[in-house]
Amino acid sequence: MIEVESLAKHFGTVQAVRDVSFAAADGRITGLLGPNGAGKSTTLRMLYTVLRPDSGAARIDGIDVLTDPLGARRSIGVLPHSAGIYPNLSARENIRFYGELHGLSPVVLENRLEELVDQLGMSEFADRPARGFSQGQRIKVALARALVHSPRNVLLDEPTNGLDVMATRALRDLVLGLKANGHCVLFSSHVMQEVAALCDEIVIIDHGRVVCDGTPAGIQSRFGGSSLEEAFVRVLGEPEGLA
Amino acid sequence: MIGTLRAVFRKEFLETVRDRRALLSSLVMGPLFAPLMFLGILTLSLNQSVSSLDEAIAVAVCGGDHAPNLVQFLREQGLAVTLKDGTDTDIRAWIGDGIDQVVVAIPTAYGQQLAGGQPARVLVYADGSDNKAERRAGRVRAAISGYSGSIAALRLQARGISPLVAQAVVVDSIDVSTPASRATLVLGMLSYIVLLVTLLGGMYLAIDATAGERERGSLEPLLTTPVPRTHLIYGKVLASAFFMVVALALVTVTIALAVRRVPLEEIGMSANFGAGVAFAVFLATLPFVAVGASLLTVVASFTRSYKEAQTWLGVVLLVPTLPIAVAGLLDIKASAALMLVPSLSQHLLIQGFLKSEALPASYAAISTLSTLALGALLTWVAGKLYQRERILG
Repeated sequence: MIEVESLAKHFGTVQAVRDVSFAAADGRITGLLGPNGAGKSTTLRMLYTVLRPDSGAARIDGIDVLTDPLGARRSIGVLPHSAGIYPNLSARENIRFYGELHGLSPVVLENRLEELVDQLGMSEFADRPARGFSQGQRIKVALARALVHSPRNVLLDEPTNGLDVMATRALRDLVLGLKANGHCVLFSSHVMQEVAALCDEIVIIDHGRVVCDGTPAGIQSRFGGSSLEEAFVRVLGEPEGLA
Repeated sequence: MIGTLRAVFRKEFLETVRDRRALLSSLVMGPLFAPLMFLGILTLSLNQSVSSLDEAIAVAVCGGDHAPNLVQFLREQGLAVTLKDGTDTDIRAWIGDGIDQVVVAIPTAYGQQLAGGQPARVLVYADGSDNKAERRAGRVRAAISGYSGSIAALRLQARGISPLVAQAVVVDSIDVSTPASRATLVLGMLSYIVLLVTLLGGMYLAIDATAGERERGSLEPLLTTPVPRTHLIYGKVLASAFFMVVALALVTVTIALAVRRVPLEEIGMSANFGAGVAFAVFLATLPFVAVGASLLTVVASFTRSYKEAQTWLGVVLLVPTLPIAVAGLLDIKASAALMLVPSLSQHLLIQGFLKSEALPASYAAISTLSTLALGALLTWVAGKLYQRERILG
């Protein structure tokens, strides 16, 4: 469960996020949709506490990200926009390192590792150094790393960027699996089709503000248009911007 | 905190150990090649200067018939004399063509002048711009003036005058340098090498663990783990320090083994670098690791990329060497106040060990404490730098 109230953040003279409020429920996939530079990543970064908001509040399972950032980080798994893995470590070692940082006991950690390797279909390359991994293999490692402590809330920042069709599909299945297990999944994207295909709830952000939110069907009926894409364009009030 | 430090340390250790290039540059190139190259060059130059004292200098003598006694004297002095015949032009040509380096020409008037009690002229030809030839000509000139001195002494005696009359003032040079202290002039470079190699040992890891982590995009996910950022950076400093300690141990062992092969004794020096001194050097330099690791981490954490970090760290490598250079120029002696300056204090302590000078035990204590204090301060600064939002770049 993620609750966001009037978050704002500026960098120098740029007001990246002006006023963003929304809620993402457990067992649902919530999509942050918006053109490049709309403030999606900045919002997520404030949620996973690498940035401090200028004003506003955010709670993860009731934990305030401002007063208890460590507690908030414990309850989330994050796949940031740049999710580099260590090329000299194997997939398993990459994931184990994060498990150790989460303070998992060795026994729990090794069991969880096996589970993740199995779930994400990584057994083929789990013990190879990550140096030669394909983009799809890398994203699996990064995702497994984010899920190693079995967080209830999962934050994904443009996870399908740079993925080929097969990897995108695999990722989509994973996200649906998380939803089925009752996780709260929040992910950002600028690709409308992707959001439409996956999300139960959509939050459209533009120029650092939430301009519209609701279910895909709800948005389409509110703004009309023959398709969801039409509806997006009308929401944003300009024909360009969305891919 | 301990768990985090251990996890970060192990990860940095694994990454570095598996990177052959990193290992090569931090633990092979530095600790092995730097001292070996320095001591190798030293050995070469010592061998050369030693052999130039012993060698029989070849000298060609023209007009040797006019001065058989002088020729005999030169031979007794260990010069390899060959008798030749030639004019001034011939002699210049020989030297120009490299046939001869030093040529002594004895004019026809030599015998007459000598018999008449007048200064007898001999000419010594050599190329003054050629260091080696000039040194050899010097030996020849010294031999000739020795001959001249002994003739003069005989003449004075023949006239009933003591040759001592001609010596109004006599200089006796007394060299008070002990063999070990003379060697230190040469071995002074060694403390510089020890400090530099120690720094180099942790440099790769310091860059990779901070600037490299950011450049690969692995820093942001790392910061989403539920551990304080300071603990992450402390773990990285620790890993960097570990490789510095290994480099330091390797370089002291390399020097201790290699210095025995340097023929210092042949020029009256002794290399005071046994196992005990090596261990003392290691211990005295150990606190410097704290400063080195944290300093490199601080610099690497405010640079944006690997390349930028490398550029800056190149400059940083010079910083600890500055006090040493100043100390060398001004010939600074160890004092309690100077022990407060990290890197300089290590340099002075190492010099003390090499010279077998007993420095007060308090000096080592002051050096250790002040260096560790600076290391702690820099580690704290590194932690602060990691708290900034800008760290993500």
